[in-house]
Amino acid sequence: MRAFVEGIGLVGPGLSGWRASRALLAGDAAYQPAPTSVAASALLPAVERRRAGMPVRLALAAGIEAIEGAGCDAATLATVFTSSDGDCDNVHAMCESLATPERQISPTRFHNSVHNAAAGYWGIATQCRAPSTSLCCHDASFAAGLLDAASQVAMSRSPLVLIAYDHPYPPPVSAMRPISASFGAALVLSPQAGAGAIALLDIEFEARQAAASRMADAGLEALRSGVPAARCLPVLAALARGTREPVLLDLAPHSHLRVTVTPCA
Amino acid sequence: MADALRDKRSGLAPCDFDSVALDTHIGRVRGLEALPVRSDLSAYDCRNNRLAQIGLELDGFAAAVAQASERHGAERVGVFMGTSTSGILETELAYHRRDPATGALPPGFRYAETHNTFSLADFVRRYLGLRGPAVVVSSACSSSAKVFGNAARMIAAGVCDAAVVGGADTLCLTTLYGFHSLELTARGPCRPFDAQREGISIGEGAGFALLERVEARTAAHARLLGVGDSCDAHHMSTPHPEGLGAQLAMRQALQSAALSPADIDYVNLHGTATRTNDAAEDRAVSALFDAATPCSSTKGATGHLLGAAGITEIIISLLAIEHGLMPGSAHTRQLDPSMGCNYLIEPRPARVRRALSNSFGFGGSNCSVVLGAAG
Repeated sequence: MRAFVEGIGLVGPGLSGWRASRALLAGDAAYQPAPTSVAASALLPAVERRRAGMPVRLALAAGIEAIEGAGCDAATLATVFTSSDGDCDNVHAMCESLATPERQISPTRFHNSVHNAAAGYWGIATQCRAPSTSLCCHDASFAAGLLDAASQVAMSRSPLVLIAYDHPYPPPVSAMRPISASFGAALVLSPQAGAGAIALLDIEFEARQAAASRMADAGLEALRSGVPAARCLPVLAALARGTREPVLLDLAPHSHLRVTVTPCA
Repeated sequence: MADALRDKRSGLAPCDFDSVALDTHIGRVRGLEALPVRSDLSAYDCRNNRLAQIGLELDGFAAAVAQASERHGAERVGVFMGTSTSGILETELAYHRRDPATGALPPGFRYAETHNTFSLADFVRRYLGLRGPAVVVSSACSSSAKVFGNAARMIAAGVCDAAVVGGADTLCLTTLYGFHSLELTARGPCRPFDAQREGISIGEGAGFALLERVEARTAAHARLLGVGDSCDAHHMSTPHPEGLGAQLAMRQALQSAALSPADIDYVNLHGTATRTNDAAEDRAVSALFDAATPCSSTKGATGHLLGAAGITEIIISLLAIEHGLMPGSAHTRQLDPSMGCNYLIEPRPARVRRALSNSFGFGGSNCSVVLGAAG
């Protein structure tokens, strides 16, 4: 399956946007990790802005950057959200409350607990009623999202935005499910090359084990292996380098995606 | 299930789940506590995967998947599962048993294989020995309807030749206390479209379907004709009052099936029995369909199965087609006079060639699926 990359969004530790991070992803500048900083989106009404957790902020920041870069209209674009663990702070707070004798949880906590909370806030922020899905494939959530997005682009012949994000669990779940940082990335994918098309992705599912592509920089490799959504970094690095190269992404056991990145002239 | 629909039976009863002390009715599957998952997959043992396993073994389903896997190759059969809360109950219970000194979770707690949203698809893929792509759609109460779209696209794109679709959601503290906090749970059994309706009854369920291309060998089977989905872009937990998103999902489902509203013989409503859902859905259905089109919600029988509601009601719609029976609405006594659609309280024997099933969820996630008889 094929899709053109029309826009890219990125937010993570020491990664403040795709434009600002391109040189370090390409290996032309040093990567300096720093805590992820992201404000709640100004597109949200005040009530929702207050209620939105970190995962929602990550998804909105990355998604909006990608859409602005692509010059698309967020109000009409289909969305594919993908995350391994959703809003971990919220799950922790709910489980703590449910372990007390009163078992009182707030209505806001409850509606924020759905895996598609980011999609819900996105709809409110952008007023977009287009099709939207919210996926999970544990560590392979980015690859599963990319495969689903590619099938949608191929079948609907319409562009969409793929948004991957993850945020760490606090203790005690962090001991069982360590996630090293807050991270979000987004790709606007289209069936045709627009004027500003960045690259063509050829995406193939392969039902056999293969070693996933890694990052050359030790800090970026730690980020890639430490955050499920950051498994997208080798794809972003290939896009940053602007060279034709294959990238392998792990999927469910004994399978992977082969993503061939071909830059647009 | 077909007999239960014909007799208008309901599985709802006063809440007796775990230590939950809430004045509400639930649809609990009896005996799950004593039915662990297959021993080679014991790491995945949790209430949600237990119920999934029971579903996989019913009606010869696992055997039919094994045949499809042999026919196409295990790597050509995908797994597309819907769930909202997966095995979160394991984490909720683990938080009751934290180490008093360190706060650590008890030994034996397994997050990835139980709580993580992907656990269900991972379990089903391993249980059935499949090697195609696997993913979970988790969009609250539309989850296991939306998977039909993901699977159909993956088959159309040539990535898969067959797909196991469906979902499972099971009782947990998060949903019982969460819906209670929103004042959306009824005290008695839920009464969809009733003038006196006061909210949902939470149930649990698992259901599965095997999708393959239409060809000579599969020609005698029921058809997936179209899937439509949309967002409300309105509120996290309240539907758009005019049901605009719901209308859009139904229109897109009909469009993808190349059908018009007049082609639909029966609509299985989301019909949760909350004041707002039923009113908004009635407006959406009335705006699109002729006022004579028969509709009903089957949640008075099953309760709201949340992430498993979509697959359950798609199966009910397929039973309506197969048995020529439009289901009635258990526990609904007096139809809300403000409703405009042709709502069936009693089951009606009638030919159903095509049915549309609605599933809507938190976050304003809407999905409609159109199903048809063979041929």
